[in-house]
Amino acid sequence: MAVKAGRKKKQVTYRRKRWVDSGEGVVHLRTRVFRRRKGEKAPRKDPGPRPLPRPQKARHPAGPQPFGTYHGPFGRLEATRLLNRAGFGPAPGQAEKLARMGMKKAVLSLTRPRGKAKLIGPDPVDEYGLPLAPFDSWGHDHLWWLDRMVRTNQPFKERMALIFHDWFATSIASVSQQRQMIDQYWKLRDGIKGTFDDLVLEVTKDPAMLQWLNGGDNNKWSPNENYARELMELFTLGADRGAYTEDDIREAARALTGWRYDWDDDLGAINFRFDPEFHDEEQKKIFGRKGNWNWRDVCRLCVTHQLHASFFVEKMWSYFVPAAPSKSTRQALIRLYLKNNRRILPVVEAILQHPDFYRGPPMVKPPVVFNASLLRALKLPVETSSWIWLGDGAGQQLFLPPNVAGWDDERWLDTSTVRARWLMVTYALEKRGHEAWDDSYREKESTREAVNRALSTFGWPALRADHQNELVSMSNRIPGFITDEWQQRPYLAMRQNALLQLIASCPDFQLS
Amino acid sequence: MTDHCCNNYTRSRLLRSAAAQAGQGLPSIEPGMPVPAGTGLTRRGFIAGAAGLALAVYAAGKTPLPLFEDGIAKAAQSDRVLVSIFLDGGADALSLLAPVGHSRYHELRPVLALNAGDGTPFSEDGSLHWHPSASALAQLHSEGKVTVFPAVGYDDANQSHFTSRHFWEVGELDTDTRTGWMGRYLDLVGSNDNPLQGLSLSNSLAPSLATREKPVAAVEGITDYNLWSRTSEPVEDEMFKSFKRMGSMKSQSPALDESRRAIRSTNIIRETLSSFDEFVSPVTYPEARLATQLSGLAALLGAGMPLHCVSVTADGAYDTHSAQVEEFDGAIKATCDSILAFQRDLEARGLQDRVLIQVWSEFGRRPEENGSAGTDHGAAGVAFLIGSRAKGQMVGEFPGLTSLDPDDNLRHTSDFRAMYCSLLEQWFGQEAAPIIPGASKFARPVLLK
Repeated sequence: MAVKAGRKKKQVTYRRKRWVDSGEGVVHLRTRVFRRRKGEKAPRKDPGPRPLPRPQKARHPAGPQPFGTYHGPFGRLEATRLLNRAGFGPAPGQAEKLARMGMKKAVLSLTRPRGKAKLIGPDPVDEYGLPLAPFDSWGHDHLWWLDRMVRTNQPFKERMALIFHDWFATSIASVSQQRQMIDQYWKLRDGIKGTFDDLVLEVTKDPAMLQWLNGGDNNKWSPNENYARELMELFTLGADRGAYTEDDIREAARALTGWRYDWDDDLGAINFRFDPEFHDEEQKKIFGRKGNWNWRDVCRLCVTHQLHASFFVEKMWSYFVPAAPSKSTRQALIRLYLKNNRRILPVVEAILQHPDFYRGPPMVKPPVVFNASLLRALKLPVETSSWIWLGDGAGQQLFLPPNVAGWDDERWLDTSTVRARWLMVTYALEKRGHEAWDDSYREKESTREAVNRALSTFGWPALRADHQNELVSMSNRIPGFITDEWQQRPYLAMRQNALLQLIASCPDFQLS
Repeated sequence: MTDHCCNNYTRSRLLRSAAAQAGQGLPSIEPGMPVPAGTGLTRRGFIAGAAGLALAVYAAGKTPLPLFEDGIAKAAQSDRVLVSIFLDGGADALSLLAPVGHSRYHELRPVLALNAGDGTPFSEDGSLHWHPSASALAQLHSEGKVTVFPAVGYDDANQSHFTSRHFWEVGELDTDTRTGWMGRYLDLVGSNDNPLQGLSLSNSLAPSLATREKPVAAVEGITDYNLWSRTSEPVEDEMFKSFKRMGSMKSQSPALDESRRAIRSTNIIRETLSSFDEFVSPVTYPEARLATQLSGLAALLGAGMPLHCVSVTADGAYDTHSAQVEEFDGAIKATCDSILAFQRDLEARGLQDRVLIQVWSEFGRRPEENGSAGTDHGAAGVAFLIGSRAKGQMVGEFPGLTSLDPDDNLRHTSDFRAMYCSLLEQWFGQEAAPIIPGASKFARPVLLK
């Protein structure tokens, strides 16, 4: 307690710990200095019980913004959105850390991390405590990647790999070895480092893709159009834009001939190679240009097609922002993409710094992002294979997209997938919830303390006012059911479980 | 936020959800599943245990009101139900109904052609033979319960899975339409609080059922739709009250609104299906995912649930670019056998006049096989309407293999939008014009007896 002498009046200052609400979903204990005039009563020493955080308020006016860099407030809420869309949500404390950097540094800290990526914490196991077998056990490839999303210190790389897994959607359903899917994953994960040209070349000759879209069955005697069509329609140009004709597809299929593999009864497809004997050496005409084109030429012709850049930037944009870019933004992104020789990173970094990214409406988290963000927030490792069937039920099992167009990001939520998300929370709370009936729950918490405890378990997710009020209201209703002493502990434990379940099942937790 | 400013906006147009092929739905009990906390049975557990009793009550037409959301309880039992079964990937029409009597057949299909004498002749056109694996359909056809569309499609067929499927789903040739053809019908006649009116038996919503505003549901299997948590009564009830309220609050954005609507419908379905943990089918179904789903569907209908439009994806992947026989034969057998069992189930329950089944695929495959013992994307395909009320008389003829379209694909002799118009008008008694754009231009084939 410091006492200072003033010139005229004697003023006394006190340091007191007080609850301070940042307005971003969390209340901190901070030391504040109070002044007191002579004769006034000293403020209480005790800061009192922790108040509930002020609920989240909309900070930004909606509406499309001109292309440029976001200059609005960058606090915990904006950092959380960045982590939810460019990673897998914040671990406790991570959003605050990012918010302190400012927007630009925060973005670059994600997109250009220093050093090698590390997985932090114990290795994942199945429910029997056994290590995963991602190459062999069905669904363990899903667990293996989910664990990487949860434990990585460079989440942006994993998120971009997920985006490219959706973009070049390949499914284990027609690929003979899980190892080949995981080999493809590493190529997709490296994609962000280079140009889209390189990524398309890698994908075109990738063994999983050669099986999935029949590139390995495509030869000069009997061309198979499957890959040629999807390369144009889904990967580089887009359907119904006048970018190509059915003839272009047939000719491109001929140019793509030459890849083959051998079949082994135990291993499936092996020994992938380009065999000039299988390649069609005749002239082909693609997009009006004649030549003895080969697979490299087809990739080049697609990415240098005048309708490719617009396809690329709009598709990339749609992974990060729910509404289409304005015309000027679209043009600026196209220029940026072409100026950088179709390097991917500059476009993504521009999107992550764009005003629409922070000011625009929320998006629904893809199921695997929801799953990973749940585990990150609760600091839980992957230790049950139930995440496989829960992921499938929620509409997203990794390495098993529904078809070559990937997952439909516009329809994640329905009565079936919401149920699976609910059960994901139930499973997560097996570790973080409370046992109700063994008399172990000894908290005698008030309504407010119960809600605060539940919020702190999740690292203080910012909730909208109506959701937080509903939690308080439910918390308030429970004590009325306690009419006998034996009910006290079980009901309060279950109230805590119900609060935890509702926080992670309420709309705020589904959105990014 | 405008998304009409850019007519090239990609994902909303390219991406169509497909029912996940893997997995057989959520398993009922998993090792490590937390049991509901509590010492005794929960109310839900009690109801599950008494499922047989509950079913008997439904069958008698007495809805146990307290178990239901008001919407479902009040919804008038619809007397007409349409069950749409999708063959995903573009099913090969020339295998389902093989044109064995056409001269070019063996030239176009040296590897894949049916052997002489395989399959039963199609009684309405002897040049076509039912595939041996589709014998269940041949059986139903011989009973006069199958209306065949031997070459259904549309002008300038689009050979993209996603675009063509989208056209079928939305009921028009417009890549920007965001509502399904059945969804628009439900928007017009459906209720505001009965998500069962549009039911997709899948773990994601079928786009053909996508509505603008009326609620619809997706349920992979009708049994075992519980939302477990580490609570029990009375806390559990209070938790669900709050969950339900979170589904009814005001929304400031499309994503939030989507989330709330899904929560609201989830809670309604949870309350409704909690009594369907077990049911008994009056007939034996084959071992197939579709069979499990259709048997559950028959039980729901038998219990008087207010279903109206139902969508389900058949077993199998029909995008048979290579080794077609391996995939196609088993898949089409599982599908046709399941449909036959479902029809028999409906007949046993006395529901056969209330239910019509529609079977479709996004396109047929190319008449000429490729070099991988498979077939590439084609144009006109085959579709069926099945049920006791189906007229059993084919719509459009088989166009033959001598005059193919410029891409060497089968020409269509009926339009899928004409089928939709007739279904809406003849089956649902709903004028097609407000639902199918350009409805007046399409023929109205007679589909019902």
